[in-house]
Amino acid sequence: MSFQPVKFYQTGTFTVGNRLLPPEERSVQASAKRYNSINSGHRACQGCGEALGARYAIDAAMEAADGQIIAANATGCLEVFSTPYPETSWQIPWIHSLFGNTAAVATGVAAALKVKRQKGQGGDVRVVAQGGDGGTTDIGFGCLSGMFERNDDVLYICYDNGGYMNTGVQRSSATPPAARTATTMAVGPEPGNVFGQGKFVPAIAMAHDIPYVATATVADLRDLEAKVRRAMEIRGARYIHILVPCPLGWGTASHDTIRMARLAKETGIFPVFEAEHGEIKSVLTIRRPLPVEEYLRPQKRYAHLFGKNPAVETIAHIQALADRNIRKYRLEARQGSH
Amino acid sequence: MLKQTEGSRAVAEAVALCRPEVICAYPISPQTHIVEALGEMVKDGSLAPCEFINVESEFAAMSVAIGASAAGARSYTATASQGLLYMAEAVYNASGLGLPIVMTVANRSIGAPINIWNDHSDALSQRDSGWLQLFAETNQEALDLHIQAFRLAEELSLPVMVCMDGFILTHAYERVDMPTQAQVDAYLPTYEPRQVLDPADPVSIGAMVGPEAFMEVRYLAHAKQLQALERIPAFAAEFRQIFGRDSGGLTHTYRTEDAETIIVAMGSVLGTIKDVVDEMREEGHRIGVLGITLFRPFPIARVREGLQGAKRVVVLEKSMAIGLGGILSTNVRMALSGLHMHGYTVIAGLGGRAITKKSLHGLFREAGQDALESVTFLDLDWNMVNKQLEREKAHRRSGPVAENLLRDVGVVAARNY
Repeated sequence: MSFQPVKFYQTGTFTVGNRLLPPEERSVQASAKRYNSINSGHRACQGCGEALGARYAIDAAMEAADGQIIAANATGCLEVFSTPYPETSWQIPWIHSLFGNTAAVATGVAAALKVKRQKGQGGDVRVVAQGGDGGTTDIGFGCLSGMFERNDDVLYICYDNGGYMNTGVQRSSATPPAARTATTMAVGPEPGNVFGQGKFVPAIAMAHDIPYVATATVADLRDLEAKVRRAMEIRGARYIHILVPCPLGWGTASHDTIRMARLAKETGIFPVFEAEHGEIKSVLTIRRPLPVEEYLRPQKRYAHLFGKNPAVETIAHIQALADRNIRKYRLEARQGSH
Repeated sequence: MLKQTEGSRAVAEAVALCRPEVICAYPISPQTHIVEALGEMVKDGSLAPCEFINVESEFAAMSVAIGASAAGARSYTATASQGLLYMAEAVYNASGLGLPIVMTVANRSIGAPINIWNDHSDALSQRDSGWLQLFAETNQEALDLHIQAFRLAEELSLPVMVCMDGFILTHAYERVDMPTQAQVDAYLPTYEPRQVLDPADPVSIGAMVGPEAFMEVRYLAHAKQLQALERIPAFAAEFRQIFGRDSGGLTHTYRTEDAETIIVAMGSVLGTIKDVVDEMREEGHRIGVLGITLFRPFPIARVREGLQGAKRVVVLEKSMAIGLGGILSTNVRMALSGLHMHGYTVIAGLGGRAITKKSLHGLFREAGQDALESVTFLDLDWNMVNKQLEREKAHRRSGPVAENLLRDVGVVAARNY
């Protein structure tokens, strides 16, 4: 009796059912033979964007590397929910060292593997490093920049949920303006996170002229998989920054994670693109840019903008930032672009 | 082979003979010559295969070593002073994960005030980090201890710090006996990790551990260090067989047979102390020396055995537990529990202050008459100290301490109040 592959279907706005695609373009998750690198049974919250992003990203990397992956993981939600003593969800060799050193640990793993290869021990094993936005854009930034500038053979994946969710939703340098966190309280004349601060690490990664930088969201999972596959074709330092909504920190419904990620992209709040050696090579365009209000309103972290007296100026300010992204990254669909 | 060479160069060559696979380098005086020499050997191909990585900080240096070691590579780095403090979080992590990294610490003081010269404050600040800590007395011993360190680290699956006095040893040109590659290969087997990141046999390293098992994990770290106490003399004996000389071990005694006064110290100052002891012996003083080679784990039983016949013990240390007195002396006291004898702590040589034979003669004579304070600061300039204390009493805004003291000794041309 021949093997009947089990198929999983993913459909929705702007997505295509797997059954309509040729097998090689189907999601890694569409096969019963998927790697399950991070296995079920972990302790992530319901609707966790990070768990979803990690499953797709690492399984795609595993497929690209024929199962030969070692992962380094920063301290944070992903680390804590995947390895509660005495359990682990990781079906791949995995190391957690500290909060701020993941890129350097990955450099060390890659260096060891290079020497082993020279000695004829072990095959072509690839290295993936991963962390949240706190572990990447704040405390781990020195090590990340060092790994980038040395062009070490590491794919670093940042799961950006805009704050320190593991410690109870505090502000990071990736927390967006006006967002309420436990350290940017929704009080005072300018409630929430202040404007004019923070950093967009994908742009800083591009400034290192590394071979590959991409952004993605958990709303476009096949786009995410394609970017991981592309990154795995390249040697040297590579960076993928994935927007992963956090129901706990954002104050959104668990079933709205994908929707929130899609709205972040469709409003221009979060530009989705890929770049090689510092030059943007492609963007996910927006057909009809949506007003940022549609993205902001469902999130309790922005509730202070929508009270009896809506903070129209603040919302306009956020709209201006989204519009700037659309201009800067040329996100609006025009004839001849995709 | 006998050769006249710089201490740093000797250590670099010894490390190279150990066939390290990943070396991470970040410059900080006075260890820099070691990694420079290793970098050259990797670049010219004489040390291969080996990855030499110029990292962006000491925190990254130790982190790269952690990743490399966990992936099964023999890993090495070197640091000193502020660098050791900057990597402290990763230092604890390396031992907690049980990764056999070897690191040279070219001992240097810790600021502020910034000072590049030798004392033991840096290494001793990490005494509870879970690393084994060896202190070299001479360049020959520094070289030898590195070879033993890799053996020790990998047998025990624990990281080892080899401490050598910055400048006094690292920059001194002395005669050393450099072993052959065949000798080192005979002593140091290929690294067989206890745990390794391997896609063929995936493990999770560094998982979270809660109250249900954390104490046990910590206890095991202690138990492994106690095992090291038993294994180290055997490793030193094997070293003697292959290399033909004594190096390493727990402690070394010198002329302690009938000694009433025993001086305890670590590192290069032991040479000066032994010279003074020789001279005092000629004058009929019953005085001897106990040098501590292994500071962590602390050889309590051996120290007690070495000191119990004495009437008094003088611990002379290049470190200080501010607000308490000495660090080494506190450890020595643990070994002397229940014994009735005089115990003196002498803080000496901080920030490179020279420890002279003249000062030691005076100090040991005073000790022999039990006329020492329980904590003594050797050659402290009390005028400078008192002047500053007076200044602080007189003025609220008395200014930066270091600058005041430098002005008092006339090192900087500065304003006069």
